[in-house]
Amino acid sequence: MMTIEWFTQFLAVAAALAAAPLFLGWVNQCRAWLQNRRAPSVLLVYRGIRKLFHKDAAVAEPASRLFIFTPYIVFGTMVVAAAIIPSVSTRLPFGTAADAIALVGLFATARVFMSLAAMDIGTAFGSMGARREMMVGFLAEPALLMVIFVASLISMTTALPVISERLATQALTLSPSLAFTGVAFTMVLLAENARIPIDNPATHLELTMIHEAMLLEYSARHLALLEWAAALKLLNYACIGFALFLPWGAAMGEAGPPALLTAVAFLALKLLVAGVALALIETLSAKLRVFRAPQFLATAYLFASLGLLVHLLLGA
Amino acid sequence: MIANLGSPLSAALALLCAWVVIGLAGLLRPMSLVFAGRTLFPLGAACGLALALAALLGIAAPTAHLTLPIGLPDLPMHVRCDALSCVFLCILGATSAGVSLFGAGYFRSGQGAPPGLLCLQYHLFLASMGFVLLADDAYGFMVAWETMALSSYFLVTTQHRIEEIRRAGFLYLLMAHLGAIAILLCFGVLQGGSWQFSFDAMRSAQLSPPRAGVALLLALVGFGAKAGLVPLHVWLPEAHPAAPSPVSALMSGVMLKVAVYGMLRVAFDLLGGPLWWWGLLPVSLGLFTALYGIVFAAAQTDMKRLLAYSSVKNIGILFTGIGLAIVFHGVGRPQLAALALVAVLYHSVNHAFMKSLLFLGTGVVLHSTGERNLGRLGGLIHRMPWVAWLTLVGTLAIAGLPPLNGFVSEWLLLQAFLFAFEVPHTFVNMLLPLGAGLVALTGALSGYVMVKFFGVVFLGKPREAAAAPAHDAGSLERGGLLWLASGCVILGLLPAQIVPVLARVAEQLHVGRLLPNGAPWWMLVPLQGRQASYAPLVFSCAVVAVVLLTIWVVRLLYHQRIRRVAPWDCGFGRLDARMQDTAEGFGQPIRHLFEPFFAMQRQLPSPFDPAPRYRVVIGDRIWNAAYAPLGALVQRIADAFAALQQGRIASYLLYGFITLIVLLALVL
Repeated sequence: MMTIEWFTQFLAVAAALAAAPLFLGWVNQCRAWLQNRRAPSVLLVYRGIRKLFHKDAAVAEPASRLFIFTPYIVFGTMVVAAAIIPSVSTRLPFGTAADAIALVGLFATARVFMSLAAMDIGTAFGSMGARREMMVGFLAEPALLMVIFVASLISMTTALPVISERLATQALTLSPSLAFTGVAFTMVLLAENARIPIDNPATHLELTMIHEAMLLEYSARHLALLEWAAALKLLNYACIGFALFLPWGAAMGEAGPPALLTAVAFLALKLLVAGVALALIETLSAKLRVFRAPQFLATAYLFASLGLLVHLLLGA
Repeated sequence: MIANLGSPLSAALALLCAWVVIGLAGLLRPMSLVFAGRTLFPLGAACGLALALAALLGIAAPTAHLTLPIGLPDLPMHVRCDALSCVFLCILGATSAGVSLFGAGYFRSGQGAPPGLLCLQYHLFLASMGFVLLADDAYGFMVAWETMALSSYFLVTTQHRIEEIRRAGFLYLLMAHLGAIAILLCFGVLQGGSWQFSFDAMRSAQLSPPRAGVALLLALVGFGAKAGLVPLHVWLPEAHPAAPSPVSALMSGVMLKVAVYGMLRVAFDLLGGPLWWWGLLPVSLGLFTALYGIVFAAAQTDMKRLLAYSSVKNIGILFTGIGLAIVFHGVGRPQLAALALVAVLYHSVNHAFMKSLLFLGTGVVLHSTGERNLGRLGGLIHRMPWVAWLTLVGTLAIAGLPPLNGFVSEWLLLQAFLFAFEVPHTFVNMLLPLGAGLVALTGALSGYVMVKFFGVVFLGKPREAAAAPAHDAGSLERGGLLWLASGCVILGLLPAQIVPVLARVAEQLHVGRLLPNGAPWWMLVPLQGRQASYAPLVFSCAVVAVVLLTIWVVRLLYHQRIRRVAPWDCGFGRLDARMQDTAEGFGQPIRHLFEPFFAMQRQLPSPFDPAPRYRVVIGDRIWNAAYAPLGALVQRIADAFAALQQGRIASYLLYGFITLIVLLALVL
């Protein structure tokens, strides 16, 4: 069975790498439709990345090696995270390398490197973006951990594949604690992936941008890697959400090729729906002022804590 | 009773004596920097390394006792070496090896105390910490404890000509003695009416629960004052910036851990079995300390004060773990108690390495720029790449990021917190997971603080001219930094090798044991079953492999051309270093969010001010509310007594005479 497991692992990573820009493209397309705009092609993100790889990298003079290494480190972290998250099957060889808490830690590592790289140039934009990103990060990370704690308490483990397996065996009723944490998780996902209402991925307006401010000095292959990593991060978060809240459909336990095919089909379906939902949320909400972001994330933290209390009080 | 010479205990004693001898040798040529720096400090580092090795062997060895023929008449000193002592001796030895090596190249002439004297104080400080860890009776413990406080006081006030440093030293000495009184009282309670002050007598004394509770409370105050538990933390942010950097590194890295050792020794060894709910006080105080420390760290503009507050945060985490272990121990959950205790020990080791590394890094920055204020630094990664990259390791480690060591201990603590749902009290049961949420918040906040620290000091452009001509560390200094940084990496990558070693302490103290599980050598599985696993080696290798593969593929398919250009200036054409974010600016969101924590004084210029100055002074509410009134009260009482002091010998003789009469009247 080992070969099957490694094959599944390879499949999961390859699928994540290939599907990440597609998922981002799908979200963009849905958003355009919902906003009565002509939608760009779903493949636009791929084309952008390909174009960037061909260009000469222009690196700012004050940049140190940290600036140049960061895109590779961030990309590597996101790829490995994709290998750990049980998106297709819960029996991945890498699934035991890091539990859910360590996974959050991996994302934090990527974020810290991004912020440091942004400060490396020494422009106002970079350091402002870094500061804001870390502010959103330090509020979102505990909220995300609270979400994971609730799921861990329900399933008595912090290993993401096991959580997913145990939650999938539950009946299809929505437990109130998971409902609260689901809301909290969605809010964290929006904040962590620089989506509206915390950040607008489509803007380069100086006063509001967070993620784009950090990327401002990057170009060519470095920018391509970071864009790809950002798309992977969105996909990873979506897959964590599926593992926690919609575990049905993924291959549980030891699975042969037919089960894997079904799992891939289910994943594609979930991503399609999630893309529409994400576009809907982004269309219906307005971007918050930066100083409102802490309140937004504190609400997420409170929702997750509420889920925890509901679980401990009602045992559901 | 004489143990054989090869035992870890005798080796440790011999090495501690060697430190004292090295210190005394410094007095041979007190003014010679070369003798102290090039000969004595490296020798001290070698002793530290040997001590770490001996202690490492001692963890697995059975407990050893020895009675030394020194001390007061009929009151010989007892020493004892068990796994708990050995773990902390190992911290002392390994950390001091790095710090001494660094110190060999660090001290410069013409700064405060002469080098020979400094060498004596430094090595006495090291040796006294070792004796605290080995002492097996209250007398020996207190003598070593006070030697530690005094020697470190003299080290803090090395540059005693500066008034501010003298004040910081005095505050430190005051707090140290308040703590020492509490510890002394704690031992008084612990002997339980037998009036035997050896630790063996205390272990066998049967204390009633209220007495035991008082003892634990006194220990919490005494050791908490030394460790910097809020509200007894006030000396820490004053003393650390005042001391020379190797001394700050030792104080923060090792001395605070010695206080943690004392707390562990009292709670789990001397005090029979604490009741479970007593653990809630250290948990809540620890959590508050952690949050308070890290929030204040975020608002600091002095890099050593920032690190000092970060130490306060870590002490909070450690005391939270201690409290958690007491709770689990009390309710009879040995495996979880062992897990919490291992988390405390692991975090002690980790913090010793990473905080020493960071303090030493700031030492080099301070030497080569003469500047402690974050707002005047910047861009040092170009001038001092060695220091910058090694400090980056410490920065990432203390921010609690995988795969480095800071993450492992926080992960272990979170595991203990999460599976804590079998406490026989519903309310506590519900509050404990929220504590896990608070630990997560402080962890995330330390990421913020560390990005601020590293980003403002080392990245960007130099903010002032003083930072521009900085030079890198010398080879000895590099060696010390490298040793500590590699410790951070190894402790982070091989937790599965280190946890069983530390678990021996929990087993020996009868706290509980971590059951063996069939996990492979590269994977850490703290609890049985498929509850959680962590294999940093695996995913770090995977990340490195992906990075290398990406670089190779990009090179193969495209090209590696890089053009250097000016940074984007929005078309204004004028970017200067002062446009970067400042340390104050970076702390602004935290000041805004956690406003109730700070006593802030703002000076806002009016719009018509021709020379506007914007100033924010951040005060400590605890200082304003408790220490300042207390100090004023003491001053008033002292002033009242000053009326007695008239400077005439006749009146003093009269006072003596009156006292004598009163005493005689009382006695007769």
